[in-house]
Amino acid sequence: MSLDIAQIDHLARLARLKLTDQEKELYASQLANVFDYFQKLQTVDTTGVEPMSQIIPLKNVFRADEPAVDTEETHQKIITNAPNKSGRHLVVKKIL
Amino acid sequence: MSSLHQLTIEQASAGLAKKEFSSVELTQACLDQIASSDHRLRAFINVFPEHALAQAEKADLAFRRGEALSVLAGIPYAAKDNFCTEGFATTAGSKILEKYLPPFESTTTQRLKDAGAVLLGKTNLDEFAMGGSTENSAFYPTKNPRDETRVPGGSSGGSAAAVASGEVIYALGTDTGGSVRQPASFCGVVGLKPTYGRTSRYGVMAMASSLDTISHLTKTVADSALVLQSIAGRDPHDSTSSNLALDNYSEEIKKPVKGLKIGLPQEYFTAEGIDPQVKEVIFSALKKVEELTGTSAIPINLSAPDYALACYYLIMPSEVSSNLARYDGIKYGLSVSGSDLFDTYQKSRGQGLGAEVKRRIILGTYALSHGYYDAYYQKACAVRSLIKKDFEGAFKTVDLILSPVASTTAFKIGEKSEDPLQMYLADLFTIPMSLAGVPAISVPCGVSAGLPVGLQIIGQWFDEKTVLRLAHHFEQSRK
Repeated sequence: MSLDIAQIDHLARLARLKLTDQEKELYASQLANVFDYFQKLQTVDTTGVEPMSQIIPLKNVFRADEPAVDTEETHQKIITNAPNKSGRHLVVKKIL
Repeated sequence: MSSLHQLTIEQASAGLAKKEFSSVELTQACLDQIASSDHRLRAFINVFPEHALAQAEKADLAFRRGEALSVLAGIPYAAKDNFCTEGFATTAGSKILEKYLPPFESTTTQRLKDAGAVLLGKTNLDEFAMGGSTENSAFYPTKNPRDETRVPGGSSGGSAAAVASGEVIYALGTDTGGSVRQPASFCGVVGLKPTYGRTSRYGVMAMASSLDTISHLTKTVADSALVLQSIAGRDPHDSTSSNLALDNYSEEIKKPVKGLKIGLPQEYFTAEGIDPQVKEVIFSALKKVEELTGTSAIPINLSAPDYALACYYLIMPSEVSSNLARYDGIKYGLSVSGSDLFDTYQKSRGQGLGAEVKRRIILGTYALSHGYYDAYYQKACAVRSLIKKDFEGAFKTVDLILSPVASTTAFKIGEKSEDPLQMYLADLFTIPMSLAGVPAISVPCGVSAGLPVGLQIIGQWFDEKTVLRLAHHFEQSRK
């Protein structure tokens, strides 16, 4: 199978990735090879097989519905990492 | 005293208890080794000498007071740089987190801290643990201490190189598809991937949550048992961690191995690309195992490993594309201002993430996107069920399964970095166990053309004790 640049553009947009033209061409050719390899799976008969996403059968793992202790110190540590902040708040560009 | 850095955990712990040397001396010996070899190997991203020596002094004080201490107290270790360590830079080998200071501590490093262990530094890795050579680190590649023209394997290549070179006594890693077992094999050390759920993932940067397994690298199997004992067990912060009781691993490994039934997956030895010399080393190791158990290996059938590989390279990137959505340039990490919020997201991620990470995000986004979800993601999850059933079937007749860890020994730096599919194939024999969630160890079993080869011993869910037991007896028989 092949992937064209328009498909890569679409996927990059969905994934919020700005790619250079060079990267787009590279990924289009490399991923086509990888997808060819995946075709193997289509030959496996999975009729009636339940798809699995959790390997260890744990059920109903509960915890008390209580907020974690959030101290001012923790808050500061978290906010320190923000690239753009104002006092105790994150700053983001307008979305409306 | 010059060889303190070469000690195992067992030896170091005994020496500390007998006051033959102090934790400060032991820690300094490792720091000296780092100073003499790490400018070439580049196993570390960050080393914390002051912090480490302060921790060591604390341990020494406790020893002097005669306090009851953990076997890991006062012993220096390194953590792969995707374990969050509060107040200490944690980069995941990525430019997008170059200046990130975690506000919290991973459960595993916290447990080691509570045991009095000395954190020496954070080791290099393929960016966000994605790769099999440590060449995908955004900072620099790590070299294999056994041959510096070769890769140490990956993604826990820095941890493996640090242990193999004696820069540290043991190290933590993560294994999602072979990231601890394959570098252990390439560097000639012991790498254990416990059962999925045996160790807590809390505070370790997520790559593929249904596969990521907190693992470790040591110089011996007995050391591996000691580390597992200290880090394993239920953690309320990770709802997928199991509350099954731990075994006494150091006692279990001493029990006899006579009569253990060993399975040999036929499909793994006919697989394309397995180096004939590696195969020979594995077969002579198998003979040794048969002598130890007094039983002949039983041929078993698992799905061909290439189906598992295809399955893995759909499930893993799907989870990656979702997990890495958090790196958006807003809450932490690199931020590149754009014309609007959307543009800030895409520029920050475009510049902050490396080539392999972006490739996997694109791959996963495709596999999860409308119209392909059933054909790819769901299909792969169904094949995963079949792979798990394969192992369930095999373990009805055998106690353990033996296989190669990797189809080759350590390859040259740059040899595979241009061809992602070739690099993915390097994980062929480690991926099926990750998909099934079973425990597996890589234990050194010989050399091929002067380079180490690892034997993979695979066990039933939560049966690390039997995996470690055979690995220990096998290791002892080679002395």
